[in-house]
Amino acid sequence: MKIVNITKLALLAIASLMLMPAQADYPEKPIGVMVAYGPGGATDFQARIATLASGKADLIGQPIYILNKPGAGGRTGWNWFASEASQDGYMLGAYNVPHFIAQSIVFDTKYNIDNLEPIGNWGADPAVLIVGKDSPFNTVGELLAHAEANPGAVTISGAGKFVGHHIAFLQFAKASGANLTYIPASGGVDALRMVKAGETVAGFNNLSDSARSAADLKILAVADLTRHDYLPDVPTLMESGVDVDDSSVNFRGLMVPSGTPQDVVDYLASKVPAMFNEKKTQGKMKSTNSPSRVMSRDEVIAMWNERQAYLTELLAGLK
Amino acid sequence: MEFLNYFDNVFTVYHIALLVGGTFAGIILGALPGLSPTMSVALLIPFTFHMKPESGLILLGAMYTATVAGGAISAILVNVPGAPANIATALDGHKMAQSGKAKNALHYCFISSFVGGVFGVFILIFFTPPLAALSLKFMSTELFWVAILGITIIATLDSKSVIKGLLSGLFGLMLATIGEHPTNAVERFVFTDHLESGVHIVVGLIGLFAMPQVWNLLENFYAKKNQVFSATGDATLIQSFRLVFSKIKALSIGSIIGSIIGIIPGAGGQIAGIVAYDQSKKVSSNRENYGKGEPEAIIAAESANNSMVGPSLIPLLTLSIPGSPTAAVLLGGLLIHGIFPGHDIFTKNPEVVWTFIDSLIIAQILMLIIGLFLSRHSKWIMKVPDNYMAVGILLLAVFGTYSIQNNYSDVLIMFTLGTLMYFGSKAGFSPVPVVLGLILGTMTEEKFLLGNLIGNAKGSAFQHFTSGTINIVLISLCIASIVYGVYSSRKSKKIKA
Repeated sequence: MKIVNITKLALLAIASLMLMPAQADYPEKPIGVMVAYGPGGATDFQARIATLASGKADLIGQPIYILNKPGAGGRTGWNWFASEASQDGYMLGAYNVPHFIAQSIVFDTKYNIDNLEPIGNWGADPAVLIVGKDSPFNTVGELLAHAEANPGAVTISGAGKFVGHHIAFLQFAKASGANLTYIPASGGVDALRMVKAGETVAGFNNLSDSARSAADLKILAVADLTRHDYLPDVPTLMESGVDVDDSSVNFRGLMVPSGTPQDVVDYLASKVPAMFNEKKTQGKMKSTNSPSRVMSRDEVIAMWNERQAYLTELLAGLK
Repeated sequence: MEFLNYFDNVFTVYHIALLVGGTFAGIILGALPGLSPTMSVALLIPFTFHMKPESGLILLGAMYTATVAGGAISAILVNVPGAPANIATALDGHKMAQSGKAKNALHYCFISSFVGGVFGVFILIFFTPPLAALSLKFMSTELFWVAILGITIIATLDSKSVIKGLLSGLFGLMLATIGEHPTNAVERFVFTDHLESGVHIVVGLIGLFAMPQVWNLLENFYAKKNQVFSATGDATLIQSFRLVFSKIKALSIGSIIGSIIGIIPGAGGQIAGIVAYDQSKKVSSNRENYGKGEPEAIIAAESANNSMVGPSLIPLLTLSIPGSPTAAVLLGGLLIHGIFPGHDIFTKNPEVVWTFIDSLIIAQILMLIIGLFLSRHSKWIMKVPDNYMAVGILLLAVFGTYSIQNNYSDVLIMFTLGTLMYFGSKAGFSPVPVVLGLILGTMTEEKFLLGNLIGNAKGSAFQHFTSGTINIVLISLCIASIVYGVYSSRKSKKIKA
C-alpha cells in the first residue's frame, strides 16, 4: 500500500515537473549571493541585512544565503562571478561601485559593466575627509593651505587602491591642484587607525565608520552632492570650495551575470527594491549605522554607465 | 570593581547554555584545520543576528576563547596546528604525544591556556584606558620592527641547521610576495589564475603541516611500521596542575608577552605563541630540551596565545581598532548589534560590555573543564590506525582549505605546497620557518611600504623608521635577538666539540 502511494507521488511529481516551463517556477530553491569580501566586513554584513526578508512570499519567496569569495581586493570573487557563476538566477553577486568598475578599467579583469546585469541598489556610503582630533586643521581650506606650503607632505590614508576612498583622493587632488600623498592601507579599518593615531595627516574613509568614531576624529567634509543625515553639520567638498562630485560614493547592490534569462532578471528587478525597503530590514540598516539608498534596476544601469565614462577619464593617466 | 555587578546577567540558564555550547563547539572547531578562531567567529556572526546583543557577544566571546585553545589539540595529537596561533605548541606538544604523553601535554595546554586567558581578561578589566593609548602608538614602522623581531627567530626554530632554517624562512618570505602588491595593487608572481589571491596564511599552514603528515602516515602504513602508542600518559590532574604552576617563569613570560602582543593592532596569536616560545627558551634552564617535548614550551606558547584574547579587545572596544585578526571580525559582530565601539562604550552600553567581559572569565573556566575532560579521551585519537588517520586528515585538510575563501585554487595550492614540504622534510627542512616566513613576510612588506611612503612624505624614510621610543626599543630587541642567537649556537657547538 505504502509503496504504491510513494510511486504514485513520484509519478505525479515527475509529471508536474514536465508540464511546467522551467522559468515559471523561479525561484524554487534558495538563492546565493556572492560577496567578494570576507565575512564580518561592511559589505558582507550589509548584504546579509539587505537580503534578510527575501523569504517572504510577496518578496522573492526564497531565502538568500551568502557565499564569501574574498581575495585580491575583490578581484578574485568578481572574476569568478563573471566567468563561472551559474546564469540561472540562483547565484547573484554583490557589487561595490566604484571599486569593480575602476578595477575593470585599470586591470585585466574578467568582469566589466558589459557582462554584468544590475538588479537593484541597497546602500550608498559616501567618503568623508577626516583628520585626527588633535589635528591643527579644522577646515578643508586650512588643510589645503598647509599642503600648498609643504608639497607632498600631506598624507591621506584610504582603504587601498582603486576603491571609493582612492577615487575621492584622486578627485580631491585634481580639483584642488594640491600636491598630496595617498597612503593605501590594507582596508578601511586600518586606514581609519592611521588617522586616529596621527600616522597620516588626514584620510578619506567611510561616512558610516567615521560618524561612529566622531570622538576620535574631526570630519571636515563629505564627498557627495548633498550633506548627509548622519552628519548635518558637515559641509560637502563643493561647499568647501573644492569641485568634487559623488563619484566616489560606495554604492552596494545586487547583480547577476549576463546571460541570465530576461524573465528572471525582470522578476528579481521587480521584487528586490521592495525587499530592501522592507520595514525590519530598514530598521536593522539604521541601527547598524549603514546608510541606505534603494535604487531600481534602471537607476543603477544609468549610474553604472555614468561612472564607467567618468572613471575611464579620471584613471586614464594611472594605468 | 564594576565588573562584579554584571555576573548576574551571565548566570541565566540561556547564557550558560550558550557558553557551554559555544565553548564545546569552539574547542572542536578550533581543533579542525582551516577553522581558525577568525574563521569560526566569522561563520558564527550571522547566527547571532536574531539574538539580543549581549547574548550574541557571549556566544562569540566563548567561541573566540575556546577555538584558540582547541587548536592545540590537533597540534599535539597529529602535529597539525588548528590555527597559526598553535604552531609553537606543535613543536614540543607532538613530541610529547609521540613519547606516549599526549594526555599530559593536553593537560598542560589547557591549564596554561586558562591561566593566560584569565590574566588577559583581567588586563582588559583593569588597564583598558592606559593600554588603549599605548596601542595607538604602534604604527606602520613599529609593526615593521615587530615583524622583523619575529624574523630574527625564524632560523633557530625547529631546524637541523641554521642554514636550512634560513632557507626555509626565505622560501616562506617568497611565498608571501605572491599576489597583490600591498600598496599599488598590481599582481606579482601570478603565473596562473590559481595564484591570483596569493597564498593565504591558513592555506599555507594546512598544506605545510597536514599534507606531509598524510604522506608520512601512508608511508608508515605501507612499510608496516604502524606505530602503536601503548600509553597516552599517566598524569593525574593534580600532578598536571602542580607541574604547570611550578613553571612560573614560562607561565608569566607567556601571559605577559601574549598580553602585550594582544594590544598591538593586527598582530595576534600567531605571533604571540612563537615569540613567547622563543623568549621562554632563552631564559629556561631546560633550554636543551626545547623541541624534544619540553612542558615549559607548551606552557609558554599556550598561555601566550590565550592571554592575547582579552587585551586584543582593548583597542577594539575603546578605539574601534582590532588588536588581532579575530578581533577584526568581532568588530563586525559588534556593529551588527548596533554596539559602536568608542571611549564611551563603558558608559553608553555598560550592561552589554561588562556582561560580555564577565562571560569571557566564565568561558575560560568552561574551556578548562571541557578541555581537561576531552584530554581523557585523547587515547582514542592516538589509537586510530595510520591509514584511517591519513584519510581523516586529508579530508579535513581539503574541506578546511576550501572553506576559508570558498576557492578551489586554495586546495591546489595547499596540495602542492604540502607535497613539496613532504620531500623537504626528508631533507631535514621544517615547516615552521616556512609558515612563519609566510605570516611575517606579508606583514613586513606591507608595513615597510606604508612606512616608507609616510616617511618620504615627512622628509626622510630612514629617520621615520629609526625614531620614536618604541622603534628604538624594538630595534634593540632585534639586535639582541640576533646576537643571542649567534652566541648560543657558538656555545652549544663548543660543548659538542
